[in-house]
Amino acid sequence: MALPKYTEPHYRIWHYVYLTICAAVFFFLIAPLFVIFPLSFNAEEFLVFSDGMKSLDPDAFSLRWYKDMIYGTKNPWGLATKNSFIIAIFATIGSVILGTVAALGLSSRHMPYKGLIMAVLISPMIVPLIISGVAIFFFMAKAGLAATHLGIILAHIILGTPFVVITVTATLSGFDHSVTRAAASLGSNPVNTFMKITLPLILPGVISGGLFAFVTSFDEVVVVLFLAGLENTTIPIQMWTGLREQLSPTILAVATCLIILSTLILVTAELLRRRSERLRGINR
Amino acid sequence: MSSETKQILTTDGIPLEVSLKKAERRNKIKAFLLVVPLLFFIIITYVFPIGDMLMRSVDDKMVTEMLPKTFKAMEKWDGKELPEEEVFAAFHSDFIKLVEEKREGKLSTQLNYTKNGFKSIIKKLRRKSKSFEEGNYKEQIMAVHKRWANVEYWQAIKRRAPAYTGQKYLKGIDMFKNENGEIVSVPEDRRIHRVLWLRTLEIAFFVTVFCFLMAYPIAHLLATLPMKYSNLLMICVLLPFWTSLLVRTASWMILLQQQGLVNDFFVGIGLVADDNRPEMMFNKTGSYVAMTQILLPFMVLPLYSVMKTISPSLMRAGKSLGGTPFVAFWKVYFPLTIPGIGAGCLLVFILAIGYYITPALVGGASGTLISNQIAFHMKSTLDWSFASAMGLMLLTGVLAIYWVYNKLVGIDNIKLG
Repeated sequence: MALPKYTEPHYRIWHYVYLTICAAVFFFLIAPLFVIFPLSFNAEEFLVFSDGMKSLDPDAFSLRWYKDMIYGTKNPWGLATKNSFIIAIFATIGSVILGTVAALGLSSRHMPYKGLIMAVLISPMIVPLIISGVAIFFFMAKAGLAATHLGIILAHIILGTPFVVITVTATLSGFDHSVTRAAASLGSNPVNTFMKITLPLILPGVISGGLFAFVTSFDEVVVVLFLAGLENTTIPIQMWTGLREQLSPTILAVATCLIILSTLILVTAELLRRRSERLRGINR
Repeated sequence: MSSETKQILTTDGIPLEVSLKKAERRNKIKAFLLVVPLLFFIIITYVFPIGDMLMRSVDDKMVTEMLPKTFKAMEKWDGKELPEEEVFAAFHSDFIKLVEEKREGKLSTQLNYTKNGFKSIIKKLRRKSKSFEEGNYKEQIMAVHKRWANVEYWQAIKRRAPAYTGQKYLKGIDMFKNENGEIVSVPEDRRIHRVLWLRTLEIAFFVTVFCFLMAYPIAHLLATLPMKYSNLLMICVLLPFWTSLLVRTASWMILLQQQGLVNDFFVGIGLVADDNRPEMMFNKTGSYVAMTQILLPFMVLPLYSVMKTISPSLMRAGKSLGGTPFVAFWKVYFPLTIPGIGAGCLLVFILAIGYYITPALVGGASGTLISNQIAFHMKSTLDWSFASAMGLMLLTGVLAIYWVYNKLVGIDNIKLG
């Protein structure tokens, strides 16, 4: 964004002030994440940069907290990781199936009471999580599903479907319905048409909705806090307890792994978004 | 004309209009059937339980069921003087039954919500009632403790007679129904909830303002920079957006601690003395800083998606017509971004007003919000009906904000990523 040569001096100054403000805000946004990396390799138990670390002494760095995360005897991270992945994967599958099917119905121009139904379906995204947590806990307790994996998976399906519904309806809004009619006129049955024609075309939307659902489940702590028993502990619950009791470097090792995971998800989501926009002919 | 159109028939002899209507209806049913599985699922597991919260928040059947005879006998009592022997006898008979079922503890907890001081006198009554003689229960009960001879305690019991009550809602705004049935505020030093509501609004409001002030310039930069630079900078917004909330809170806990980097920096530039490092965590400052950073992407993304659609030629036109860059910005550019501002502010405000995790970790006692109080009653005091009532009050507030927003801007402006 180079300034034209004729810019007056006070606008020039203002322009640099503006760029400085932007730089400061970007720094505020991203810098906190980078504090975690070096400290997770700290050789000492304290969560401050030791003198050795400041002078880049190799002895001040170690992998002991990563070892502790994986092999530590009293650390529940293994169980938590397993649970988190099981719950998130099943919750994602459930959200994607229910959400995509519903989105297909919602984008039909024949759909009655569209506004009302849409409001009900995306309400779990609008209602504050703590209220969802209380309500879902009452239901699961009555249904005998509290402190079970199934209960938590169902709860995360509730929280994840709105994202799938929104992303898939958005993708379908640019969808050319004449291709499904063409398929039907060529003798394809509706299921076949969906699998062979519609799904491949809306797949980027479905996957990015699925990513939202996955992250929602994988990072969800408020509802799980109400629902989980000792056996159902997840990574966010362990982080929550750890942060409340004592901030240990092991948590930072876990946090580093989570940042790497979220980077991977971000890259996937970005690539999908671009592909989807290209397919929908939006060139920005 | 209409008679002519009616005569159009399809190949199987049915009028076209009828045939089309039938097809239309079939399509409607088809579309609806696709939505049914999710709709049912959400209604049963989510909408009904919120209704259940409503029932729980006004439900007061527990005491009504525990003291059936007492309340029956109390119907004739005017509630001014001490009740007659009949009421005492009925209460005694109900109470004996509760002691047999070991439920008198629950009764004392419930009555204690209405008036403090029931716990000890019910415990005492349980001990003494074993040696009670038949008849003249009024004298015997009153002899157990002087509070049993105090009419206020009997009035408190009578107030629990109805099966439904709004007292939990009153408690949520620090009010209660007194002996004469008037709704009054609790003494000033015990008004904890009003402070919390106000603080929740205050923090949500200022977090929204801070987010707006910080997001506007960077969203503008992202929207006006050439693609190859803006994509790179967009990562700075999206990476925090996709990163776990707990990870981001953890990083603030490291930064804001007394020996943390932020304090180190302040000491380094000589702003504060090394031995006088300020507390930046476990108070309101912690909540403000962490929540602003965590919610900032939710403000940037809607602003960006609106700004992206504004053509740069509009600003140029404004300038070429003689406006200074500031005037062109204020009169042309800014009004066009209002839908984005509305969507971003709504999103951030509503997320902030229901925030729980971050304030609980970095907010300390002075930085916690209404959500923390709800969680506290769900998990610690187990007063679920009160938690439900507070939750529904919060929900009503959130829905009201949505409604106003929908009237002003239209809900369709919310976009994801």
